[in-house]
Parts: sequence; C-alpha cells; structure tokens
Amino acid sequence: MSRLRIATIWLGGCSGCHMSLLDLDEWLIELATRADLVYSPIADAKRFPPDVDLTLIEGAIANDEHLELAHTARRHSKIIVSFGDCAVTGNVTALRNPLGPAQNVLQQVYIEHGDPGGVIPHDPGIVPVLLDKVVPVHHVIPVDYYLPGCPPSAPRIRALLEALIEGREPAADIRYG
Amino acid sequence: MAAKTLTIDGHLVSARPGETLLEAIREAGITIPTLCHLDGLSDVGACRLCLVEIEGQRRLQPACMTMVSEGMVVHTNTPRLQAYRRQIIELLFAERNHVCSVCVASGHCELQRLAGMVGMDHVRYEYLSPDCPVDISHMRFGIDHNRCVLCTRCVRACDEIEGVHTWDVAGRGVDARVITDMNQPWGTSTTCTSCGKCQLACPTGAIFPRGVTVGERPLASERIALIVEARKQRW
Repeated sequence: MSRLRIATIWLGGCSGCHMSLLDLDEWLIELATRADLVYSPIADAKRFPPDVDLTLIEGAIANDEHLELAHTARRHSKIIVSFGDCAVTGNVTALRNPLGPAQNVLQQVYIEHGDPGGVIPHDPGIVPVLLDKVVPVHHVIPVDYYLPGCPPSAPRIRALLEALIEGREPAADIRYG
Repeated sequence: MAAKTLTIDGHLVSARPGETLLEAIREAGITIPTLCHLDGLSDVGACRLCLVEIEGQRRLQPACMTMVSEGMVVHTNTPRLQAYRRQIIELLFAERNHVCSVCVASGHCELQRLAGMVGMDHVRYEYLSPDCPVDISHMRFGIDHNRCVLCTRCVRACDEIEGVHTWDVAGRGVDARVITDMNQPWGTSTTCTSCGKCQLACPTGAIFPRGVTVGERPLASERIALIVEARKQRW
C-alpha cells in the first residue's frame, strides 16, 4: 500500500485542534509509518502541495488568506475534513459577526476599545484582509466529513483518522463544545 | 374508561384515555426528541421536534399535543421525521449565536445533546448572527438571549409553578424575545420573586445563575417535575 499524503491547515482558530492532534502522543509515530504529513503548521512546507489524500482544516474562514488556502486545499485534496468547532460552525471566531461588517469590527476593536490614538491596520498583501462575515468551511468549499468539538479529543481524532486511512466510513461522532 | 389500544412503530401499546401520544410513546420505551416539553409543565407544541406520522392523517402531529385514540397507528422515526428533526435543530442553531465552547451549559445542554441525537454534524443554513443582548441586571440570575430557543419553558414555569408570570414573549418571528414584566431589565422587575424556577426549566444556557462559567451550569430541569410532585403529595 502506498503511503498516504496527509495535510492539516490552520485558518481562523486558536490552534487548539492541532494541540489535540499532538495529544495523540505515540500513536503519531504509528501514523508516521503509514502516512506522510506533507503540509501543516507543524511541518516545514511553504506551499500546499498537489495530490493530497486527506486534509484536516482547523478554523473558520475569517479573512482573504483563509479563503484562498481553503480553495487551494480543496483543489488538491481528495478528502476534506472540517476539524473542530470553528471549522464546522464558526464558533469563537464567528463571535464577531453580530458586530457587523469587518470595518465596524476593526473600528470597535482598534479605535473605540483600543489605546488612545489607535489606528486600524491596513497593509494589503502583508496583513490579511478580514471578510465581512466569518463563515464555516463548508460555506465556501465542499466538505466531506465533519469532526466537531472544541477541541475534538485525541481519541475522537484517532477514530476518524483510522477509519479514513483504512477506507472505512467513520462512525457518526457529534459533540460540540 | 377502557384503555386505548394503538400501534406505535409496529408494537401494540395500550394507553390510558386522556394520555398524550408522547406519554404513550415514552411508556412504550421509545425515545423521541423533545425540547419545549418539560415534565411538570403544560405542553405548547412549540418546538415541533416530537412530530410523528399518524396513518390516515395527512399532516404530521406533535406527540405532546395529541391525545391517544383507539386504533391509532403511529410512526415515530421515519426518514421524513428524521430529516425534519435535523432541520429544526439546524434552524435553531442558525437563528441565534449558540457557541457551546463558551457556554455555561456546555455538557449539560439539551440543544447540544439534541444536535448529536438528530445527527447534526453541520448546519446547512446561513447563520443569522443577530445582535442579542445579555441582561445581568438581576442580582442572582442572568439571561443571554443569544442562547434562547424560545421554548417558553421559563414562561410556563414562572406562570404555572411559581404563579407569578414575570416572563412572557414579545415580538414576532426572528425578533421574538422572552421578556420580564413590561419588557424591562430583569433586575427592575417588581413581580419576580427570584425563585429561580425559570433557570431550572431552561434547556440551554440562556438563563443562568450569575457567577458560573463554561460548563458549570448543570441541567436540573427535572426538579420542576419534582416540585409539582412534592406539592401534590404535600411533602
């Protein structure tokens, strides 16, 4: 059996889901005998590579960089998993949505509640531009599987990965928060 | 009066006359999702989760508001019902800002549990993300409208058990909100006895004791039925 190519990406989230993935401890070594981690915040790869078998997406879509990376991941991945509550629902990342469009959010954070003389950061190409509304991953690209949880526990991540690696349909596992 | 005989999911079941279909279904050992129903309170049929199919009737009926009748043939878990139940839960999540990870009720929440029960692995609808207020003007309790599902269990507990009717509902559709007295800050209510029954009845983290944080508000809604029973027995 050829080695599986796995990627993980970190969008609008706190990285807690990736911490939970690392919490798999020695099972990661077993995973490494069957798969390569070809792109991830915890791997040294600059560009999202082609021909990825499985991509876990942590985080919601909150800015233009997230949007682009999600589309790139979809183009190059056979299976996409929404990994954790932010990816599945928007969760904490989407708490800003009731404040209105991005400009209102920036105004409130940097000017109204910021230090005196605060300025709204504006460096297109350097600082990603916020989208007006934070949305879950499946609102912008088709998603194949969902693993809610804030974060999903290591055993739940393992159960999903084992099923997908063995080509089985993962058992329904729905727990938010 | 003679017992009624009906068929629920292929099983012959006998029920007492005057019993609701929901009671008969539960006595038959079948679990169907409910949200606005709370043992000890009257039923209103608001949440539509307990809808069932009754043969010979074109429309789906809420089990909590339907009386048993002789010869009824009931289906509680058809693919159509499963699809509607999931849709209902998705719409509840989409309508307000339900963020389990920062909620006082996480781990003890009926809405959170129902999401798992109906297989809601994601929400297909656009989130409305309304700007909802949080009222912590009351000395002991708070209400976070972001988490309210308008089940009206607080309204009924306050009216039927405490006999006060501080709570009610104002507004229509997505603008509907539970209110205290004349739609004023809870802390300024002149009728509220601070008994906390609304908080016991609440299925989510919408009404909570002040000072609790994530996951700290246990679900204690069965205490409403206990109070009703205790009064009947004059404990």
